[in-house]
Amino acid sequence: MKERKQKEFVKAFKAAFPNTIPVLTGFIVLGMAYGVLMNTKGYGVVWAVLMSAIAFCGSMQFVAITLLTAAFDPLQAFLLSLMVNARHLFYGIAMLEKYKGLGKIRPFLIYVLCDETFSISSSVEPPEGISRKYFYFSISFLDYSYWVIGTFIGGLLGNVVTFNTTGLDFVLTALFVVLFLEQWKERQNRVSGLIGIGGTILSLVFFGPNNLVIPAMIIILTILMIGRNKVCNLQQWKH
Amino acid sequence: MQLTAVETLITILAIALGTMITRFTPFILFPESKEPSKTIVYLGKVLPPAMMGLLVVYCLKGFSIESATHGIPEALAIGFIIVLHKWKNNVLLSIGGGTLLYMVLLQIVFA
Repeated sequence: MKERKQKEFVKAFKAAFPNTIPVLTGFIVLGMAYGVLMNTKGYGVVWAVLMSAIAFCGSMQFVAITLLTAAFDPLQAFLLSLMVNARHLFYGIAMLEKYKGLGKIRPFLIYVLCDETFSISSSVEPPEGISRKYFYFSISFLDYSYWVIGTFIGGLLGNVVTFNTTGLDFVLTALFVVLFLEQWKERQNRVSGLIGIGGTILSLVFFGPNNLVIPAMIIILTILMIGRNKVCNLQQWKH
Repeated sequence: MQLTAVETLITILAIALGTMITRFTPFILFPESKEPSKTIVYLGKVLPPAMMGLLVVYCLKGFSIESATHGIPEALAIGFIIVLHKWKNNVLLSIGGGTLLYMVLLQIVFA
């Protein structure tokens, strides 16, 4: 019984790994950059890794550096974290169905549901004969590990990469672009994909690059709700 | 290190708490045991492509036409990704190819 489970896990892990290679690249580079940056502010590897392992929130961690170098204000840290991470609310709604019936690992999957893991897990299905539970766990666990390991390397050794990495972080943008194209293949996804792009551009124009996420979410949600019947018709599924 | 160890730890936990509220709230509001409303099912279907669109724009927000390179490397790399993906339809190839082109553009062409 135990052996069979192990085999199932290894199979799912192998199937999941290739999907995470772009995140491996991006997270090691950015995680390292984070570790190095924390070091320059006087926070050693232990603090950097603790932040990455406990809070695990990418861009917010970079924002948080300003909080760690100012007067102690945990309430502000909490509120800022809520705002910067508000987009996760939509990821959760989108993943309710996929993360159904996954048992004990479910809380972990939710704990580490970052942009990149959401993008991959919402776009790909486990191949035939692969355990759904172990497949999604592997993606989440690998992405999480990359970030923590990247932070550890950067915090401990500094910048160990000897080649010029300028532009390498574009790998995460490329990941989102390609997964957008993957979603685009399904005709019924196109309207909402365009609403996502259009709504965010609108928000960018009116609210500027620094505060665009929450207004964008509100605009997207409003259009999706007002246009619900139209979107449903275009999507051809019954509701 | 400006904060004390305890203050740093509390700050980390405050940030983690904020993050986790945003991640757990949907799953607490709509538990597995309850049949979700039609609206939530609808949103579950339309949100992934919409949020992917948001993430793409979010990643590009910093590269404006006014920046030093006028957003040209980004536009070229994304155009290349779209063509490559249509042609070969291989996720990793498209991501790798697009990133490589972007690095070449930034390090050599626009350096």
